[in-house]
Amino acid sequence: MVYEDVVDPYPFPESLRKEILNELEKIKPTKKIAKKIVEKCYQAYLSNLVEPGEAAGIVAAQSIGEPGTQMTMRTFHYAGVAEINVTLGLPRLIEILDVRKNPSTPMMTIRLTEEYAKDRNKAKEVANRIEATYITDIADVATDIRNMRIVITPDERALERKGFSFDELKKKIEKGLKTEVVEEGRKLVVQIAEPSFKTLMDTFEKLRKLVLMGIKEIRRVIIRKEGEEYVLYTEGSNLKKVMKIKGVDFSRTTTNNIYEIYEVLGIEAARSALIREAISTLEEQGLEVDLRHLMLVADVMTVDGELKQVGRHGVAGEKQSILARAAFEMTVNNLLEAAVRGDIDNLSGITENIIVGQPIRLGTGDVELIAKINMGGDNK
Amino acid sequence: MKMKLQDHMLVPKHELLSKEEAEEVLKVLNVRKEQLPKIRADDPIAKEIGAKPGDIVRIVRDSPTAGKSVVYRLVI
Repeated sequence: MVYEDVVDPYPFPESLRKEILNELEKIKPTKKIAKKIVEKCYQAYLSNLVEPGEAAGIVAAQSIGEPGTQMTMRTFHYAGVAEINVTLGLPRLIEILDVRKNPSTPMMTIRLTEEYAKDRNKAKEVANRIEATYITDIADVATDIRNMRIVITPDERALERKGFSFDELKKKIEKGLKTEVVEEGRKLVVQIAEPSFKTLMDTFEKLRKLVLMGIKEIRRVIIRKEGEEYVLYTEGSNLKKVMKIKGVDFSRTTTNNIYEIYEVLGIEAARSALIREAISTLEEQGLEVDLRHLMLVADVMTVDGELKQVGRHGVAGEKQSILARAAFEMTVNNLLEAAVRGDIDNLSGITENIIVGQPIRLGTGDVELIAKINMGGDNK
Repeated sequence: MKMKLQDHMLVPKHELLSKEEAEEVLKVLNVRKEQLPKIRADDPIAKEIGAKPGDIVRIVRDSPTAGKSVVYRLVI
């Protein structure tokens, strides 16, 4: 590693630096030749950088948009991943860029801590703690109208499978309904105090919706073996609660709900999640889009410290120009409203300047000549 | 056990810059504070490292294209 002091004065990105060092190590040139090689590399690196004034956003939009058209034609339906339905293709891509708070198919990938990941029974234990369990999953519930009561007949096998005891069940129901529950053999009875049919039905509904165990949002958990460890896939998502469950390795647990990631893990995590979700959606469709385009989009969506959506109107909240908006959609409405409000167009964007016939502020149009004119009176 | 959100695989390394470091960074980049990307003071990670509005946070991301990329965000 003698070449480091030759390479290090140049501000190469980390991956490029490593590559150059590796190559130098292979051919083992003298210091002097090495310096020349590195100099050449640096020239090549500089000439490959995006130039100032380059319309990087337009290039990114086109590079994502063109493959997007192929996506429309091929898919508009769902495909199964680990027996869980997940939105894919164009609908999913739109969902990602729109930053929907509730995506149509939220899903989590939960990895477990060492102790739980190796053993199927232990993994099942964690799955039970996460999956929402309702009374109908583990018992038969019937209303007894004549005696104004609800009779719950627990299914012993279901109870055992869920790792739930009879007493626990009783306590949970008592707590959830805030009424007394009477044991009758292996049955539980909820007696309605006032003889009203409505109260009975209301209590019945409440009982059915009571989450006895697990997290409300998580409707289903599937255990899959991946390599050495068991991984849980869930339908529904609640990152904040799942992270706190015992046995869950929170640092490797993710969700496909980007807004949730933003809320729980912050803006930078949301940025990485955006890129990851977008590229995996595109790749799954067999489309190759350079990562840099998606990184640019993700950067723009997160610059202000909060997630902003991008749609056909551009990044939300931007584009104040009236002319640009009028050129896009609802020309008359936009112009009329702007006139009523007395809006001013600063002609700072591209579209406006094309409309009025000025050079646009892009590429070579973005530079201006500044001359220092001597205004003093000393030498004329 | 106290969880550290920074340990999550999606979260890159955040560090709070001291006053001197912040000035140095602004000088090297030749920008004003307000021109930097922002991070909210109520961002979970900003809270975790104790960043106050006006501070600058250095973020070292693992980039698939550049290996490592360093960005700065102004806390607002």
